[in-house]
Amino acid sequence: MSENANGEAGGPGLRTRWVELAVALLIMLGGAVVVFDSMRIGAKWASDGPQAGYFPFLVGCALILSGLAVVVGTLRHWSRLAGSVFVEYDRLKPVLTMLVPTVVYVIAIRYLGIYVASAVFIGAFMVWKGKYGVVPTLSVSLGVPIVMFALFEIWFLVPLPKGPLERMLGY
Amino acid sequence: MEDIGNLLHGFAVALTWQNLLFMLVGILLGVLIGVLPGLGGANGVAILLPLTFSMSPTSAIIMLSCIYWGALFGGAITSILFNIPGEPWSVATTFDGYPMAQQGRAGEAMTAAFTSSFVGAFVAVMVITFLAPLVARFALKFGPPEYFSVQFLTFCSFIGMSREPPAKTIAAMMIGFALAAVGLDIVTGQLRMTFGTTELLQGFDFLIAVIGLFGLGEILLTMEEGLAFKGAKGRIDAKVVWETWKKLPRYWMTSLRGCLIGCWMGITPGGATPASFMSYGMARRMSKDKDSFGNGNIEGVVAPETAAHAAGTSALLPMLTLGIPGSPTAAVLLGGLLIWGLQPGPLLFVEKKEFVWGLIASMYLGNIVGLLIVLTTVPWWAAILRIPFSIIAPVIVVICAVGAYTVHNNLFDVFMMVVFGVAGYFFKKLRYPLAPLVLALVLGDMAETSFRQSMLLSGGNVSVFWSNGLVGSIMTLALVLLLWPLISRGLGAWKQRIRAAEDRAA
Amino acid sequence: MNRTAVARAAVAAALATAAAGWQAPALAAWEPTKPVEFVVPAGTGGGADQMARFLQGVVAKHNLMKQPFVVVNKSGGAGAEGFLEVKNAKGDPHKIIITLSNLFTTPLATGVPFNWKDLTPVAMLALDEFVLWVNAESPYKSVADYVAAVKAGDNGKFKMAGTGSKQEDQIITVALEKAIGKKFTYVPFKGGGDVAVQLVGKHVDSTVNNPIEAIAHWRSGALRPLCVFDEKPMPYPDKVTATQAWQDVPTCKSQGLDVEYTMLRGIFMPAGVTQDQVDFYVNLFKKVRETPDWKEFTRNGAYNNTFMTGKEFVDWVGKAEVKHKQLMQEAGFLAK
Repeated sequence: MSENANGEAGGPGLRTRWVELAVALLIMLGGAVVVFDSMRIGAKWASDGPQAGYFPFLVGCALILSGLAVVVGTLRHWSRLAGSVFVEYDRLKPVLTMLVPTVVYVIAIRYLGIYVASAVFIGAFMVWKGKYGVVPTLSVSLGVPIVMFALFEIWFLVPLPKGPLERMLGY
Repeated sequence: MEDIGNLLHGFAVALTWQNLLFMLVGILLGVLIGVLPGLGGANGVAILLPLTFSMSPTSAIIMLSCIYWGALFGGAITSILFNIPGEPWSVATTFDGYPMAQQGRAGEAMTAAFTSSFVGAFVAVMVITFLAPLVARFALKFGPPEYFSVQFLTFCSFIGMSREPPAKTIAAMMIGFALAAVGLDIVTGQLRMTFGTTELLQGFDFLIAVIGLFGLGEILLTMEEGLAFKGAKGRIDAKVVWETWKKLPRYWMTSLRGCLIGCWMGITPGGATPASFMSYGMARRMSKDKDSFGNGNIEGVVAPETAAHAAGTSALLPMLTLGIPGSPTAAVLLGGLLIWGLQPGPLLFVEKKEFVWGLIASMYLGNIVGLLIVLTTVPWWAAILRIPFSIIAPVIVVICAVGAYTVHNNLFDVFMMVVFGVAGYFFKKLRYPLAPLVLALVLGDMAETSFRQSMLLSGGNVSVFWSNGLVGSIMTLALVLLLWPLISRGLGAWKQRIRAAEDRAA
Repeated sequence: MNRTAVARAAVAAALATAAAGWQAPALAAWEPTKPVEFVVPAGTGGGADQMARFLQGVVAKHNLMKQPFVVVNKSGGAGAEGFLEVKNAKGDPHKIIITLSNLFTTPLATGVPFNWKDLTPVAMLALDEFVLWVNAESPYKSVADYVAAVKAGDNGKFKMAGTGSKQEDQIITVALEKAIGKKFTYVPFKGGGDVAVQLVGKHVDSTVNNPIEAIAHWRSGALRPLCVFDEKPMPYPDKVTATQAWQDVPTCKSQGLDVEYTMLRGIFMPAGVTQDQVDFYVNLFKKVRETPDWKEFTRNGAYNNTFMTGKEFVDWVGKAEVKHKQLMQEAGFLAK
């Protein structure tokens, strides 16, 4: 999405028409992938009914066509859409302040385990966005993972991803 | 009226203090399981099943079915508060429940949801009590063509209700179908669209898509609009329950329809999720005020909740009498029955009278106890919205991640959840409707399987869908619903022409 | 990438445990030090899942192990996900897996890279039987009637419902086709319960359901068992219906239908675990088999209660693999 932003550099925000085009093209691409894979497994109507790829093939075609329709529609109204802003840059910032830490958090789960990662994520977010002090931050950021641990690992016996800390503690 | 005597005896069985305690524990656990997305009723019951082996079968099934009740109730809570459906059948509840919460009517929405759940479940229990043997046989009439016709009917009753651009509606629906097709094709055993990766073997679970699209997508939207939940200002006190109750009798028709759809879908067994979508779709079609749906119409909460719970409850009937699970949770309960040495089937009602009627009595009691418990907690749940956003937002993200993980114990799903979250943000802002996507994702696979099973049975002959009265009438009804906008326009034009002709003649 | 990371972590953990064990020489036999993950390569509610959760419950109830079992369903790709998980957990003694026939059929049918040799065989708990069922209202009273009717019809006239595609039910169907010389129309369904109900509702002509999937309908008089696909009749003399017990169902072979098939319910561990660790689980399951709960469980499901460990079990698995490969090759089910 940043490429689109560059294309419209200088504007007050991300233009709707570019986002519209990008999403539609992605949908068409997805459709092409579906069509391609369906051909591989057979997309015909055999003697005993449709093959495994028959419906996905049609679905893929419909994806390409509907994506195309959106593209055409956007291009037809190109100038009329000129003023429409998908998201203003100063509004995009808070969205990214949520999204980027979330992505980091999810990656961290793999290495730290879900409990430690959650504690860090909640704590960091509270300090950064909420400007909370040490006591409320620690009580929430440690409390939630501990409750989760009790609930899942001990009570329900559902294993969640664990990291080095849990292993050290013998789990 | 032998049944009544049996039922009273059942109450005596269920009403021991231990069983009441199990009921209470079961409901509380169930609500907890329902609130946590991912850890749905089926998983919850499966997880707790081994704990019950040391109990008597009657107590165990009472506790497990109460977990089931609790999960049914609990699923609505996060749907309304955060737009995160805790259970697949609560998706339709988000359509109007979440807008209501945003308008500061979270308490009202939850009261409506719980009460409708209660009504739906209660009616379904009555159906089980009095019509069990009669109705159970009906499920046997359902072969693949009949299943397909019901799934087709669900689509048709829901389709055409989108206000979004048609190309985008179709695109959204097709995305749903495409995602549903990923993974192992059950009919041929071929892998579809996995491209040699092990991560995609499992396919895209509906819950992961929903947690991302609705839950995370909504958090991103909220961030864009400023660091606060709308609706935090809503008045919260216990009176909201009474005030909502005063309004609810007005929607008796929606409720009745929900019960009928739900019981029918539970018994056939089509499942609670399609039932909730179908009921929502029908409520909107029948409503005079179509545009208010999706913007916080209380009927949009009543309809899916009633149907989902009527279906979830009546799904226990085919399970007990035929051993066909009408829902994933029922499938797990079925496993429990087998482990305790109880064989579900027509003879269960004859040989294990005490057990069956104890269970049915506990359904009545569990439902009432459950309603009382969840209603008293309404103000507490609503108060969650008052927690500052910078605390609750990361906690919600954590809960979403846990939910996505527990669906299949797979970290890849958590990544996909984030991808779906971003997609949800874009789709919502570009006016791609999410409801058809979700519906296609949940029903696509089932419908395709039933269709192809039908084709195998008929040797590739499509006329099988009109081969008997039952499947034929469902298919015809579905087509009428699908084409209704055209038909009504055609009828209008025809009437006009006749009128014009009459005028000319006169 | 993640798999290797997990594997590396598992190896590290195993090394740590091994080191700890070495420091305190064999005073006590190995025991799990944390909850044991019990992987089920199938969804919740199926036969394997039921058995795993039953074992979990029995172990907890009789206190057979200090740590609990934690059942985890990994059903993706006909169970491939679960097998790959265990394959990649090399040396991790806190992970076991229960198998269905998909131990053999999934890699053959889908080409997903794993083989039972990637795992450490622990024990065979039981064998699940398959029975040929018809609707009780159908005119087929015996295998002979049934075979005659199939032979008299056209190819594909007889409809057989079964669980999944290119799995045990369809393999049996193909074997039947070979034995009888006529093709069936095989219709796959998701679960064994659905399959039985389709037969009760007369949407299909016959099934090869496991006993536990169809027993309720047999007792209610809706279904009729014709024969069991095992070398010996099932050893359960208690009357199931007014007149018949499981042991009264003849073997298919004795009725002139030469098809034999049983499904493994076995336990495997990841590769690279020590003999001590395997022995612990072997002993654990031996203890489980002595409980009255297990006896009742196997009687209810009419399981073939054969227990095997060690070399005997490995040989059995090896033979079963060859048999599956041959059957699936003949049926054209191998992945291309």
